[in-house]
Amino acid sequence: MSETWIILGATSSMARAFARRLATEGRAVLLAGRDMEELALMAEDCRLRGAPAAEAVRFDARDADSFGPILDRLGGTEGQISAAVFVGSMPPQAEIDADPALIEGVVTDSFTGPARFLQGLAPLMEARGGGTVVGVGSVAGDRGRIGNYVYGAAKAGFHTYLSGLRNRLTRAGGHVVTVKPGFTDTAMTWGIEGMFLVAKPEAVADDIWRAVEKRRNVIYTPRFWRWIMAVIRSIPEPIFKKLSI
Amino acid sequence: MRWNRAETTGWGRALRAAEEIARPENRATLHRLVAETPAPAMGNRRSYGDAALNHGGRSIDMTRLDRLIGFDPETGILEAEAGATIGEIARVFAPRGWLPAVMPGTGFATLGGAIANDVHGKNHHVAGSFGQHVVAIDLLTPAGRLTLTADSDATLWRATIGGVGQTGVILSARIRLIPCPSTTMRVRERRIDTLDAFLGHFEDSDAPFSVGWIDATARGAALGRGIFEEGRIAPHDAGHAPGAARRMPLDAPRALLSGPVVRAFNAVYWRRVPAGGRSVARPLERFFFPLDRLHDWNRLYGKPGFHQFQCVVPPAATDTLREMLDRIGTAGLASPLAVLKRMGPGRAGHLSFPMEGWTLAVDFPNRAPARALIAGLEGLARDAGGRLYLAKDALAAPERLVGMYPDLPDFAAAAAEVDPAGHFATDLVRRLRLREAT
Repeated sequence: MSETWIILGATSSMARAFARRLATEGRAVLLAGRDMEELALMAEDCRLRGAPAAEAVRFDARDADSFGPILDRLGGTEGQISAAVFVGSMPPQAEIDADPALIEGVVTDSFTGPARFLQGLAPLMEARGGGTVVGVGSVAGDRGRIGNYVYGAAKAGFHTYLSGLRNRLTRAGGHVVTVKPGFTDTAMTWGIEGMFLVAKPEAVADDIWRAVEKRRNVIYTPRFWRWIMAVIRSIPEPIFKKLSI
Repeated sequence: MRWNRAETTGWGRALRAAEEIARPENRATLHRLVAETPAPAMGNRRSYGDAALNHGGRSIDMTRLDRLIGFDPETGILEAEAGATIGEIARVFAPRGWLPAVMPGTGFATLGGAIANDVHGKNHHVAGSFGQHVVAIDLLTPAGRLTLTADSDATLWRATIGGVGQTGVILSARIRLIPCPSTTMRVRERRIDTLDAFLGHFEDSDAPFSVGWIDATARGAALGRGIFEEGRIAPHDAGHAPGAARRMPLDAPRALLSGPVVRAFNAVYWRRVPAGGRSVARPLERFFFPLDRLHDWNRLYGKPGFHQFQCVVPPAATDTLREMLDRIGTAGLASPLAVLKRMGPGRAGHLSFPMEGWTLAVDFPNRAPARALIAGLEGLARDAGGRLYLAKDALAAPERLVGMYPDLPDFAAAAAEVDPAGHFATDLVRRLRLREAT
């Protein structure tokens, strides 16, 4: 059966790697984001790699008016509809500390924007009795840390949202995969000191695809982050609050 | 754009540089970089010496701009961004019946790097160099973006192909692919006893792809022995599973490539092919990129790294080849990696390496006696009217390059016109004063 994937935040390197993987698997892709020139280039790249259809659509997490046309378009496709959400933004915590108004943008990009889009998409998926949602969260959402707690809080909200959406879509034959990447070699981490065990976007994309096929619920990628985060979560709060990790 | 401070090395790991690297993931960022802080573009840094190094300066890593952006099945012309690798292009297109017209020895080479070094492959004697199959190049210069063709600006075209990045940043290019009926190579391997026999087989072969592995430790009567490989793309797939790639996890100890070990290895490797020769079917990528299956194989040479000496000498200079092999065999410093190949005349740029004749490539561990040996070999190549390959070189000096690249003044003038401030200069360019010739 044919399947169309909508990729939100498609210009990020992780999304690009996943879109290519989908193309290789013969899935149609709708690439959504703000930079239309980049999206058009990626669409051609996906077509040449095997996607039966690949198109660019405008999506801005902060502009809910951009959601409707995409949902209409998806409504016009045949077969299953799936979605992968790669949007999010992480300004340095110091900038947020200086300008608390930035919180709104971070939360919209990383949580409420995509959540609102997925709320619109869920009935379509239910009507077609299946499909997969991949929601990319972050290990930063597992525990608030001094270095990026606003971003972490937004991702934690998104994790909880995805958990609820999974509960809902499961009833209709759909599925939700929550992905928690550790450090990934993207523009977000490029040139930042203190990065370690940095994963290639292609490796993350392969992990995500495997999780989709196996209908996993929550994955860490690379997998060892599950253990790192288990340790970090287990530190008692009286100690954790004094750490700067 | 954030700049990442890093130590970079060429593939040989003998030369190093400390530089700041930007890695744009979209075109807007790249355009801004070239307009505001122009710096030389780098791909996967598969040049052996310092062609992709800029010590104390900045560079632009192009590997994230790697999209395939158009293909016309009528003409076989593919447009792709500079960071796309030749191996990836082959992986995507070979199953559909198309292949880059020229495949370098590693699939990790990027499209931009393949153009900037005007690379060649095992079919050079019939197909010419990579640059001869480039139809158009989108080039970013400090003055703006231009679409170059051989006709639009012949001088800039010839200074860009094989021009080691000195005319600007290659954003994308259109290249001609060739029909490829299957993903299997039919390979005929012959065991060769002498240099004369080797040269004779090259002259007599009518195969589109041919290459010779040479036992660079052999001396006396065995001098020039090796294995001659001829390849033809099979009409149908043989259906073999792709072998998994392995990674060299750490720097090897020095003893691994010591004289006795290499001699023993080469003797066994030579006898791998039966005396009467054999025909085998191989996946395309194993034929074209035999070493890519061991990722980071350059670590086999340990921390000090290695040098590859590669020269080409005219067809008649067979005595020079013999003298080179004799010196190499006597010195006992060579690694198992030594390649002999017949080249045709095809070349596309002012500084392109290929010329009609014989090309010899030999790897040596980075040690003082090897460096001295290489200097002698360079002299032999020059005296024979040959030249060194800039993409491999790490040791030459400007005066040792004299006469090898007669178009050097034209190149320097063209580079100066498009980049008068010298933003795109690299360690290679400074070491060999490639932009100072008049």
